[in-house]
Amino acid sequence: MAIFIDENSKVIVQGLTGSEGKKHAQLMLKSGTQIVGGVNPRKAGTTVEFEGGVSVPVFGSVAEAIKETGADVSVIFVPAAFTKAAAYEAIDAGIPLAVVITEGVPVHDTADFYQHAVNSGTTRLIGPNCPGLISPGKSNVGIIPASITGAGPIGLVSKSGTLTYQMMYELRDIGFSSGVGIGGDPVIGTTHIDALAAFEADPDTKAIVMIGEIGGDAEERAAAYIKEHVTKPVVGYVAGFTAPEGKTMGHAGAIVSGSSGTAQAKKEALEAAGVKVGKTPSETAQLMREIVSAL
Amino acid sequence: MDLYEYQARDLFAAHGVPVLDAVVADTPEQAAEAASKLEGSVVVVKAQVKAGGRGKAGGVKLAKSPEEAAERAKDILALTIKDLPVRRVMVTQGADIAEEYYFSVLLDRANRTYLAMASREGGMEIEELAVERPEALARIPVDAITGIDAAKAQEIVDAAGFAEDVKPQIIEVIQKLWTVFKSEDATLVEVNPLIKSGDGKIIALDGKVSLDENAGFRHPGHEELADKAAADPLEAKAKEKNLNYVKLDGNVGIIGNGAGLVMSTLDVVAYAGENFGGSKPANFLDIGGGASAEVMANGLEIILSDPQVKSVFVNVFGGITACDAVANGIVQAFALLESRGEAVTRPLVVRLDGNNAELGRKILTDAKLAGLEQVDTMDGAASRAAELAAKGA
Repeated sequence: MAIFIDENSKVIVQGLTGSEGKKHAQLMLKSGTQIVGGVNPRKAGTTVEFEGGVSVPVFGSVAEAIKETGADVSVIFVPAAFTKAAAYEAIDAGIPLAVVITEGVPVHDTADFYQHAVNSGTTRLIGPNCPGLISPGKSNVGIIPASITGAGPIGLVSKSGTLTYQMMYELRDIGFSSGVGIGGDPVIGTTHIDALAAFEADPDTKAIVMIGEIGGDAEERAAAYIKEHVTKPVVGYVAGFTAPEGKTMGHAGAIVSGSSGTAQAKKEALEAAGVKVGKTPSETAQLMREIVSAL
Repeated sequence: MDLYEYQARDLFAAHGVPVLDAVVADTPEQAAEAASKLEGSVVVVKAQVKAGGRGKAGGVKLAKSPEEAAERAKDILALTIKDLPVRRVMVTQGADIAEEYYFSVLLDRANRTYLAMASREGGMEIEELAVERPEALARIPVDAITGIDAAKAQEIVDAAGFAEDVKPQIIEVIQKLWTVFKSEDATLVEVNPLIKSGDGKIIALDGKVSLDENAGFRHPGHEELADKAAADPLEAKAKEKNLNYVKLDGNVGIIGNGAGLVMSTLDVVAYAGENFGGSKPANFLDIGGGASAEVMANGLEIILSDPQVKSVFVNVFGGITACDAVANGIVQAFALLESRGEAVTRPLVVRLDGNNAELGRKILTDAKLAGLEQVDTMDGAASRAAELAAKGA
C-alpha cells in the first residue's frame, strides 16, 4: 500500500508534447510509472516515443484519454497561463487525481480551479507549484528524482521540493511508503492534513515526517489534527526561522506577516501536539531514525 | 506587490469606485501647484509610504492654501515613517466626513477562498478593532468562482449592520471593489476609511491594494507600479538577471537550489553562527533546478558585490540536475567571473549531495579552485562557512 498512487495508477500527462512534459515523462517511465497517454488537441492521434521503445499515445482531451486508457491520474505540465484551463479539463473529465507541477500560477486561477475541484466531488488536486508525489518502486508522478530513495515504512509530506529530496535521501536506507510534495503556494489542493489522514489510514506507513515552512497557518492546523487524529509517530521540520517579516522567500506562500505564520509559532504548535521537531533537516532525519529503530 | 495609496486610488478610479480628486507631488512646489488645481477650500497632504499609522507619525496634514500645502509637503517629505523615507506626497481634496466605515476583500489562505470584511466602525487600525470588538467586524466568506454579486454584497452590508439609507450605495461600491480585486488579480483590496460625506455620498478615502506578481503576464501595466527607487540595489540587479535574491544583513553569502532548501540553509547557518561570533546569512538566493554555469556565475557575482559577505556557502542537493552538472557550473562560473575581472577572492564552502554527488565532488577536487572547500554534510558545511566568515571579519 501507499497513498494516492501505487503500481496500478494509470497516468496521463497534460503537456506531454512540451519539453518539460516530455523530459519528465521519460524519467517517470524509467522509475516504473505507468504512463498511458498524453493530451494535446492539436496532436491527437500521434504518439510520443521514449527510450526503450515505449510509445505513448496523444489524445485530444482528458475525457478521451480516460475513455481509451482508464487513466486515473493526470499530471499537469502546461505553462502557468494555461494551467487553469488544463485543471478545469481534468476535473470536468472526472479524473480522480490531478497533480499540478506548474509554478507561477496566479492565485486567483488556483482558488478558482481548487473550488471547482471541491464542487466536482470527484477530483483530488495536488499542487500547484509542487514536485508531485512518489510511492517508491510503484509509481512516480511529477519531478521527484526516483533514484534518491527506496520503498519503506516512512510517509512524507512537504511544502518544499528540495527539502523533500534532502529528507528522502537522508533516510534512503529506511525508505518511504509515499512522499507527497504539496507545494508552497498560498492556495494548494492537498494539505498537510489530507496527507496525514491518508498516512494514518495506510497500513504500510509506520511513521510520518512532515516538512513545513513559514507563512499561513497550515502547520498549526496540522498540529491540531495530529493531536486529535494521528496515532502514528510524527517528526517535523520547519524552515524559515531567519526569514525577515514581509519578504517573499521564493515560494509565493512563504511570507511572514505579523506574528502568525512564523517558524517559531509552527514549531511550538507541533511540539505541543507531541511532534518531535528537528532543528536542521539532518537532525530531523536522526529523530526519525530513532523512532523507526524503536518500532 | 503592495501599492502606494495613490496607485490604489488610480485603480479604484479606473474601475468606477468613487474617490476624491488627487494629484501626486515629489516637491513642495509641485504640492502647491497640485493644491491650486483642486476644488474646495481645503486640501489634505498625505505621505505616500507603505506603512500604517501615517496620521500619528505626522504624515497627513490639512492645508488651506497652495502656500500652506507647500509648507506641509516640505515637512512631510522630510519624514521617515516606520523606517521608510517619504519620497512623495498625494495632495487630495479635503473631505467632509459624516461617518467612517471599513471594507476589505482578501485571499483567505486557510480556507482557500476569499474573505470580505466590513464594519460600520472604520478609521482606526482594523487589527485593533478585530481584537477589541470582534463583533463589530463582519467576516463573510466569498466563493472563488461566484465572487461578490449583488446578493453577496447585500449579505455583507446586512452582516455589517450598515444603516438602510447607505446600503444601496455601499452595495454598489463593494461590487466595484470586487471588480478591482478580481480583474486586477489582487490578493488584498482594503478601504479604510470608506466614508459617508456630509452630503450622503459613499467615497473610498484611503486604499490599500496588493497585487499577485504571478499574474503579471496578463497585466502588462502592473510592472510600472513596481517601486524601483525603494528596492535594494542588489535586489534590483538580481531581478534584472532573473535571480530569486533577497538581501539580508549577515556575512555568509548563500546560494542553494529550491526555496525550501535555501530557507533551511539560512537557518542552519544562523545556528552555526551562534558558535562563531554571530555569523549570519547575508542573503537568500535560490538558483532553481538548472544551476548552469551562467546562473551560478551571476549568483556569485551578486553575492560577492555585497561587501558585508566574508564567506559563501553553496548548498546544492542534486535532484533532476545531477551534482556533476552543478560542479561543472561552479568551475565554469569561476572562469567566467575571472574573465569579467571579478575573480573570487573570498572563501567558498560547497556542499554537494544527492544525485551523482561523488562525481560532482571529484570534479571540484580536481579543479583545485582557490579558496574553495568541500564539506559533505549541510550542517558541517554551514558550520565551516560561519567559521570562515567570522575569521574574515
